[in-house]
Amino acid sequence: MEHEITLVVNGTARRARVPGRRLLSDCLRHDLGLTGTHVGCEHGVCGCCTVLLDGEPVRSCLTLAVTVDGREITTVEGLAGPEGLSPVQRAFEECHALQCGFCTPGFLCTVTALLRDNPAPAEDEVLEGISGNLCRCTGYQNIVKAVHRAAELLAEERQPSTGEAP
Amino acid sequence: MKPPPFTYHAPRDLREALDLLAEVDGKVLAGGQSLIPLLNMRLAAPAHVVDVNRLPGLSGIEAGPGGVTVGALARQAEVARAGVHPLLGQALRLVAHPVIRNRGTVVGSLVHADPAAELPAVLAVLGGSVRLARRAPGGSSGPAAGRGGSPSPGAVPGGSPGPVVREVAADAFFAGPLESAAEPGELAVSAFFPALPPRSGSAFEELARRHGDYALAGVCAVVTLDEDLHVAAARVACVGVGPVPVVADVSEACGRRPAATVPWEAVVAAVRRAVEPEDDIHASAAYRLHLVGVLAERALREAAARAAAPP
Amino acid sequence: MSTRLFGEPVRRREDRRLLTGQGRYVDDLGPDALAAAFVRSPHAHARIRDIDVSAALDVEGLVAVYTWEDLPDRVGRPLPLLIPHPALTHGRTAYPLARDVVRHVGEPVVMVVAADRYLAEDACALIHVDYEPLKPVVGLEEAAHGARLVHDDVPGNVGARLLQEVPGHDGRSARKAIEEAPHTLAFRLDIERSASMPLEGRGVHARWDGTDLRVHSSTQTSTSVRMAVAAALGLPLPHVEVIAPDVGGGFGVKIVHPWPEEILVPWAAMTLGREVKWTEDRREHFISSAHERAQVQYVRVGFDDDGRVLGLDVTILHDHGAYTPYGIIVPIITSTQLLGPYKIGAYRVEFSSIYTNTVQVTPYRGAGRPQGVFCMERTMDKIARHLGKDRTEVRRANFIEPDEFPYDQGMIFQDGRPLIYDSGDYPRMLAMLKELIGWDAFERRPGRGIGVGCYVEGTGVGPYEGGHVQVTSDGRVHVSTGLTSQGQGHETAFAQIAATELGVPIERISVVTGDTRRFGYAVGTFASRAAVVSGNAIALACRKVRAKALRIAADALEADPADLEITDGTVHVVGTPSASIPLATVAVLANPLRYAFDEEAARATQFAGASSPDRPPVAEGDEPGLEGRDYYSPIRSTFAAGMHAAIVETDPLTAEVRVVRYAVIHDCGRLVNPMIVEGQIHGGVAQGVGGALYERMVYDGDGQLLNASFMDFLMPYATEIPRIETGHLETPSPLNPLGVKGAGEAGVIPVSAVIASAVEDAEGFPVDRMPISPSELFDLRRRHAGD
Ligand SMILES: Cc1cc2nc3c(=O)[nH]c(=O)nc-3n(C[C@H](O)[C@H](O)[C@H](O)COP(=O)(O)OP(=O)(O)OC[C@H]3O[C@@H](n4cnc5c(N)ncnc54)[C@H](O)[C@@H]3O)c2cc1C
Ligand code: FES
Ligand code: FES
Repeated sequence: MEHEITLVVNGTARRARVPGRRLLSDCLRHDLGLTGTHVGCEHGVCGCCTVLLDGEPVRSCLTLAVTVDGREITTVEGLAGPEGLSPVQRAFEECHALQCGFCTPGFLCTVTALLRDNPAPAEDEVLEGISGNLCRCTGYQNIVKAVHRAAELLAEERQPSTGEAP
Repeated sequence: MKPPPFTYHAPRDLREALDLLAEVDGKVLAGGQSLIPLLNMRLAAPAHVVDVNRLPGLSGIEAGPGGVTVGALARQAEVARAGVHPLLGQALRLVAHPVIRNRGTVVGSLVHADPAAELPAVLAVLGGSVRLARRAPGGSSGPAAGRGGSPSPGAVPGGSPGPVVREVAADAFFAGPLESAAEPGELAVSAFFPALPPRSGSAFEELARRHGDYALAGVCAVVTLDEDLHVAAARVACVGVGPVPVVADVSEACGRRPAATVPWEAVVAAVRRAVEPEDDIHASAAYRLHLVGVLAERALREAAARAAAPP
Repeated sequence: MSTRLFGEPVRRREDRRLLTGQGRYVDDLGPDALAAAFVRSPHAHARIRDIDVSAALDVEGLVAVYTWEDLPDRVGRPLPLLIPHPALTHGRTAYPLARDVVRHVGEPVVMVVAADRYLAEDACALIHVDYEPLKPVVGLEEAAHGARLVHDDVPGNVGARLLQEVPGHDGRSARKAIEEAPHTLAFRLDIERSASMPLEGRGVHARWDGTDLRVHSSTQTSTSVRMAVAAALGLPLPHVEVIAPDVGGGFGVKIVHPWPEEILVPWAAMTLGREVKWTEDRREHFISSAHERAQVQYVRVGFDDDGRVLGLDVTILHDHGAYTPYGIIVPIITSTQLLGPYKIGAYRVEFSSIYTNTVQVTPYRGAGRPQGVFCMERTMDKIARHLGKDRTEVRRANFIEPDEFPYDQGMIFQDGRPLIYDSGDYPRMLAMLKELIGWDAFERRPGRGIGVGCYVEGTGVGPYEGGHVQVTSDGRVHVSTGLTSQGQGHETAFAQIAATELGVPIERISVVTGDTRRFGYAVGTFASRAAVVSGNAIALACRKVRAKALRIAADALEADPADLEITDGTVHVVGTPSASIPLATVAVLANPLRYAFDEEAARATQFAGASSPDRPPVAEGDEPGLEGRDYYSPIRSTFAAGMHAAIVETDPLTAEVRVVRYAVIHDCGRLVNPMIVEGQIHGGVAQGVGGALYERMVYDGDGQLLNASFMDFLMPYATEIPRIETGHLETPSPLNPLGVKGAGEAGVIPVSAVIASAVEDAEGFPVDRMPISPSELFDLRRRHAGD
């Protein structure tokens, strides 16, 4: 049996007909064509499939699409704003926090939520925050650096400089 | 790795949910953080999945003087944030990763009854209970016949005819590895975690291979001191070293003394006598036996220190 | 902006698309393609009696079911043995679908094609294969014993046996040298199985339009997949294109080709006339791709009072799993690269490459080097311990000296060329490392130890790579090379090379890799060879283009080409900036058409007068167009080197090992982009830490892989990886125009050796088996408690 569902993805209401068993990850990728969300294990360990559900990061491979009918989802495609890359995305670029890029969408979603809840995380809070995301390429060092850098960029954005630099 | 076919149900209230569970051979879907991996690997193939995520009134986290009642849909992250119980807080930090805790429920973890999971041990060491509901026999208003556990009318939302509700104590709830007392047709609606007695402290110590993994072994401890700050009661529950959380009352071994002079070796020996660890690919039984003692001492000392320190 | 970008930490040009979800990996393609799934053997060793597919036929959306019997002759043949070697006397490869016997859990038996992957898996679940289970051969020593066989016609399960002997300078054999040495030691070392484990599994998408086949594969070698597919399907090469799109990590496993799926998916697409796609899931990746690392080594060493090795005799049992499609590259690399930065008096190494009923073994980042380094570095530590000397002192005593290059190790390397090191400065490197980690000031105490490990890595093996560079009339530069990328930043590094060579801003340069439509000849991405071989090929191609551009511009400007230079995409006369011509215009002049179809072409006509009417518009020997193609074929490998040190703490009670500091000194010749190289090192070290402390493939006696999931195969998270401190040394390679060596694999190579060294130092007893878990360290402590 198929179910008619509506997901508000990156601000746009999208409809799909899916069987009950369709994973949110597959729904986003294959029913809605948003292939930025990646799938690396389908058992919840790698974090590649992490998306924001009503702002909270969740595993889309461990969520049925029907369960989240009517809810808001943000994927990597929705992170950049009209002015371009988000501070988190910029920090990842600046710090060389990605190589093959397969884990990256999951990290970006996780870190976006992390910094919203904790704008200036300490080192161990960063590690804890990204501890559910695997990366096989970078050895994480530059990802950790990028999270701190993103926190700086976000702080700058919140506090537009009051004047020119001295 | 895609789930096998099943019929999906999303009941809108408890009554409908219990009706469904009574009528179909179905699996309850809560946070899905344990069930969906099993489906994806096709290790579980239920004909029906009853998604309870839309049920109203089950997300509550109610702290009373006697303890905390956690509703079936309260997510692990929410319970941790609520800060309603020190031991729950200490345990939840060790459950999986933050992102998993955003979906996983506390009650789902209890029902799932993984022998290495933290929350069952917390329920066990505190002597808490799980409230299970099912449709009354015949589906009509018949009297709520208890079937084991302690039958209770229960103030469960859903209206009349009232469902049959039973409250199962932790020691009866965990039946074996991945096996709880919740029977087909039953829905766990909440869990009750008793508050710590006065002058008590708690701690959860575990060792996992990677941060966030299920532990190789873990111990949660509750220590209560008397007015002289001597150990009056000490209990531990151990994970990963038996088919269910292994509870050991080590009050006697601690021997009503200040924590500093407790004969820890004897206490540790008592804990080790209680557990039955096994070999697996991550650790030998001998190592786990050793480890559980080390962790028990750490947890008990920490719990005692917290009991002594005013909050 | 400056165009001298070689050596700069230029930000990556691939990042923007990858950061915004616009990357294109295989599974992102073909939204309407049919999905393939496979019934795979649940047995490690069994005879197939019967396959009953009838129950699956009712699955809605089922399109096709294929067993080996359904495959036409060419398709059904055993897969090619890619790298034959005379010592590989009993090479065996699998059929694309199992024929009569399955030899490991996960071997494909039936292929199903359906409307989507869910339905394909439903059909797989309904197919009944009747197996007659056979006793499996599991475990290296049991296999080497040969009581039971993996292949009936391979006696003793020995696929290959290779003995290599290098006599000492005095002509003595290794065994004799050891016998006569003042000190000797003998011991055994074990390394367990691990795997590349990229986060994106394998994947193949194929489309057939009646004449042309287009295949996308998550591969490290699109050109070779193309040839293999064309051969298996009997298609002329020009009608087959293979593209490696964005690839989510490779680390070796994706160099193997053709995978059964790379033949079967295109074949199904042709047979069905529909697009077909197969996306490997994680479980499939565990049980049906490839693993590496497992070896048992028996070592005997003789040395003098200073710790100088006089003779070394190593016997290796190498587990190559059920099949040998990639030959015996891994144990050959182990046995040659084992020598590291040292001059070993006399050396004897013999390996047996052994069949077991497990997943096949093919290179994983490091490709046999980690095992060789483990052997040599454990040996160095044992010598130091025996003599009561500092471990770095013993290493120093054995180093090849900086003035001894090129240094001939007297062996034949994996590429069939002599093992001659091109350059290096090992004593300096060790001094830098000791300084970085604070070796001499280290305070040892129980539960706290320091370890060291050195390696030399033959990189940039041939035979060749090519590069094509084209300047179009809009002034843009299009660079292509055949080898593929899996996250190494080739688009950026190669653009830096082109920008520097051509004098064009990097923004105007685009790079395409791994697309046979753009470049058809290549070997592949492995052995840290991309920067060396493709990098130099692109540099050479750029030099051709530059020469041609200067020639044409000289004509147009009536100048001497020797007086011209290119900066910022414009050719001008040195010292006379006004006498200039943009490369875009040169590109138009290089292709003298009769039609002024755009502004550039029209503008070019102002220079047209310069060419004389008595000469043809295209110079003699020249071709139209401002483009060039060149190949680079190294004489032999370059040799990068590195030295790592770690400080670990071991918990006295729980036996947990914590890496407190990790330091790396690395020399890969000239650096194209230090930021990218640093990233490669971080990633490599992290994989090394995984291999040393967390990752292993656990087979039970029935040949079942017990930890075929990310829950139980413990790839480290950020919380498990130490901060890595790095320092670079640059000894340019004299062998190639750019002076580069390779960097891709370096980080991973010595880590197990380094951590074993540190744990041993902390604990005071030998650590001869890696990886090591807390449980195993606890067991070791118990065993040594009596000592
Ligand atoms: C990567 C990863 C790591 C993890 N690590 C840990 C860890 O370290 N420690 C740990 O404890 N857990 C861990 N978990 C499991 C996680 O905590 C789960 O969320 C939890 O065990 C189950 O809760 P759930 O709400 O997701 O239940 P579900 O997955 O929805 O259900 C689990 C089982 O319980 C049943 N069930 C659930 N709720 C009810 C109910 N109200 N009534 C009746 N039956 C019900 C379901 O039918 C099913 O059989 C991990 C999970 C993942 C994916
Ligand atoms: S794909 Fe969802 S966690 Fe790996
Ligand atoms: S960048 Fe490749 S897995 Fe993280």
